[in-house]
Formats: sequence, C-alpha cells, structure tokens
Amino acid sequence: MKSFDYVRPASIPEAVSAASAPGAAYLAAGTNLLDLMKGGVSRPDRLVDVTHLPGLDRIEPLADGGVRIGALVRNADLAHDASFAKAYPAVAEALLSGASAQLRNAATVGGNLLQRTRCAYFYDVASACNRRVPGSGCDARQGENRLHAVLGWSDACIATHPSDFCVPLVALDAVVEIEGKGGRRNVKLEDLYRLPADAPEWETVLEPGDLIVALKLPGDASDFAAHARYLKVRERTSYAFAIVSAAACLRLERGSIAEARIALGGVAAKPWRAHEAEKVLAGGAPNGETFRRAAEAALAGAKPSGDNQFKIELARRIVVRALSLAASGTPERIPALPASPFSSVPGALHDA
Amino acid sequence: MINSISLTVNGVRRDIALPDPRVTLLDLLREQLDLTGTKKGCDRGQCGACTILVNGRRINSCLALAISHNGADITTIEGLAQGEKLHPLQAAFIEHDGFQCGFCTPGQIMSALGLINEGQAGCDPERIREGMSGNLCRCSAYAGITEAVLDVQRTLAAEKERRVA
Repeated sequence: MKSFDYVRPASIPEAVSAASAPGAAYLAAGTNLLDLMKGGVSRPDRLVDVTHLPGLDRIEPLADGGVRIGALVRNADLAHDASFAKAYPAVAEALLSGASAQLRNAATVGGNLLQRTRCAYFYDVASACNRRVPGSGCDARQGENRLHAVLGWSDACIATHPSDFCVPLVALDAVVEIEGKGGRRNVKLEDLYRLPADAPEWETVLEPGDLIVALKLPGDASDFAAHARYLKVRERTSYAFAIVSAAACLRLERGSIAEARIALGGVAAKPWRAHEAEKVLAGGAPNGETFRRAAEAALAGAKPSGDNQFKIELARRIVVRALSLAASGTPERIPALPASPFSSVPGALHDA
Repeated sequence: MINSISLTVNGVRRDIALPDPRVTLLDLLREQLDLTGTKKGCDRGQCGACTILVNGRRINSCLALAISHNGADITTIEGLAQGEKLHPLQAAFIEHDGFQCGFCTPGQIMSALGLINEGQAGCDPERIREGMSGNLCRCSAYAGITEAVLDVQRTLAAEKERRVA
C-alpha cells in the first residue's frame, strides 16, 4: 500500500477543505477503499477520516413523512432499525443480502453509495482499464465478461455497479445530501451516477471535496411497504455480488396496480431504474401477463457486452419473480436467506 | 500528526505508537501486540479469519485502519477463555467437531460471538448459516460449526427461560 497522510477533521467544513486537495480521498469504514489501496487500485496521497465527525450517524424522521439517514449510519444498524425496516422493507432486505455480517457492521451508508465496481480488470492493475487509467483500453471486452453490463455500457467500459442497497433506493426516489465547497445541495441518487460513455473514470457527479452527509427517502417511499421485495441471483447462496437483482415495489388499490417502482442491479454501471416498466404496470392487473410485459419493457434497450446474453433473459425473469413476490405481500419478517430466489422451504419451486 | 492511539484490548488498556498510518487492526494485534490468535487469511475482507469484536460488534480487522479506531474496545480470541476454563463457544466447537485444521476457527468463534450478540438468528440453523457466511472454512467443517453455534444458542435460550420462570 502506498503511504499517505492521515487527517482527522473535527467538522464537516474542515473535512471538505481537507479533501479538496488533489490526491485526497475520504475514509469511512474503509471496507472497499482499503481493499483497493492494498491492491494498488486506489493510491490516495491523503486520507480524510470522516468516521469521527459528529451528527452523521442518526436516522431521523422528516416533516414530509420521509426519513433522513446520516452518511455514517452502518449498514447493519439501518437494516435492523425496526421502524426503518417496516417502512422500507425492500431496502432492509437488500442491505441484508449484501456482503457479510462483519462487513455490514462496518460499512456505512455513504460508503455503500460510492463503492467501486467489482470488475476484475478494474482490480487487476496489470490489465487495461479505462475506469482506472483513462485511455488505457478495456481488457474486459475480450476477457471474462459473462457478469458484465447489458444496459448503458459503452465501448470504453462494461463494468457494473455492485451495490444492492442502491437498487431499491433508486426505485424509491432517494436523494443524496452533499456538502461541498459551495455549500449544501441535494441530488437524486439516480442522477449521482454517470454512465461510462467515453469517460468511465467520471463515475459520479461529485466534485473534489464533495462529502455525502445524508441520504433521504421522500414521504411517499413508505406507501409501498405492504408490497415490496428485493431479489438477487448470485453464484452462491450468500456473501456474493449480484449477477442480476431487482427491487419491486407496488401500491395496490382495489386489486389493481396504482403505482409501481422497479429497479435493477448488476446490469449497468449504475443502479438502473426501469421507468418504462413502471408505466406498463400502472393501472394494470397484478398478474403474470402484466409482469412479463413490464419485464420486456425494463430490458427493451439491453444488449450483451460479451458472453452475457443470458443476463438479459435472467433479468426479465427476476423482474417477473420480484413483482410476483411483491404482489403476494411483504413477508412479516425478512426471510432467513434475504433476497434469495432459492427458498429454504422444502418442496417450494425454485424455477422462475 | 496523530501518531499514537489508545485501545482496550481484552480488558487491558494499551497505548500504542503508530508512526505509519497504514497499519490495520489485524497487523497491529499480530505484529505489535503479539496476539497471533487472530489470523490473516486473505487480508481482503473475503474469508473472515481476522474477525474480532470492536465495541462488541464483529468486523474484519484486515479492513480496519488502526489509526481510525482510537479509543475502541477490542475483544480477540485470546480474551474469551477464563484461565483454563473455555468459553462455551470454544467448548462447543470441540464438542461438535467445528474445525479440522483450525486456521479459520478463531475467526469463526469471534463471528459466532458477534452473531449471538446481534440476536437476529435465534435457534434457526438457516439464519445461523446465513449469519456465518462471512467466515470461510476450507476444511468445510460447516455442519459442525452450525451445530456448535446452535448448541450455545439453545443453552442461552434455555437459561433465559429459566430466569424468566
């Protein structure tokens, strides 16, 4: 690991000032950053440790009925906060389907939002990667790419965003509160991320020094609490990143869908909101035929970036499955295997 | 420049010089405090061998910078037994053959202790397996590990019931 200066600011403005210098990076739990630094993928000259900043570890109700989550709230604490999990069950399920208990105990809300892709070529400093070294090329294009993006990718980069947490968050119109050199501003989480286009190194709209201080869910995000699920296909049952995942949230009125929210994970360089699929669902009957049409709409623009044609049909089926599960109602308690399509109930069908 | 931290390690306060900020809690425990019970497996947060409790919560010590944890209360595998008397989890791992080579065992036991503290898994073997999925065992002693954790959970549940009754 390259050496660095360690700075521990006492206030948010001090942090922003310290992190505005070239080569500076924020340190929260470090569960992703330290891994990247050990591999030489990230080489900051200065670490600005924000874990001791006061007031960023609270979960607070908002006047509009929504919630404000401090950037330093740990993933496990948010998932196990009883009132949060009751109001936003798909978010809690997504959190508990990610990483391991040890990592969830450490990892922060702000850090989760800013975690880097898990593309193996991004991690391997001997490989060409436009995201890591702009202009160097993309070894994933001709490499092992069965898990890479099928939506929003470019010739320069086919990496995916790894977060589970962010998938239901974009579905529920989460907003990120950012403090920067120019003061505080709000950005929709969906707009925080940039698609790779010809500059994959610009992963977000954040400017040097910008610090995520909180995440907010609007008042209407809890309207879906009775019919909300997150579903995630992995290559092993637990402790793995998504091949494809989906958050499905429905608001049912008199037996039909009044409003729907759909987002996909593991398919693009950002958590992917499926607005067209939501339009298909609105006003429809909550049945397999409607769900299949929505899934077609969600993946309408998809194309393989390598050996990953299978992910497109897999994603459609996961959308259908997530919608069906959401329609049948949020379970009383998060299942023993959160977000798993594989039931631990003997005799239950596993095929979508 | 901050160049020293103070930690409570297994109940003992330690003041530690940290001239290099790159030191992880794992390396600090093993190299500076000679507490080599905590193992370095992958060193990248993937295997769980380095699991310790920080302020009562299980984390991967390989992905935690020591300098960021000034004032923390740390429990390692060395802090569990009371003299010759094993912690109930240690005894249960022996009773149920929860290991073969033993390299992952300190991490498994510290993770199990964290899992019990969290109070989410209860006596459901599926929830225990899921809650322990951050600890790999290349000898594949998983069946014994789950039995050992279940055993301790059942004993705790029975004790709790007796106290209530």
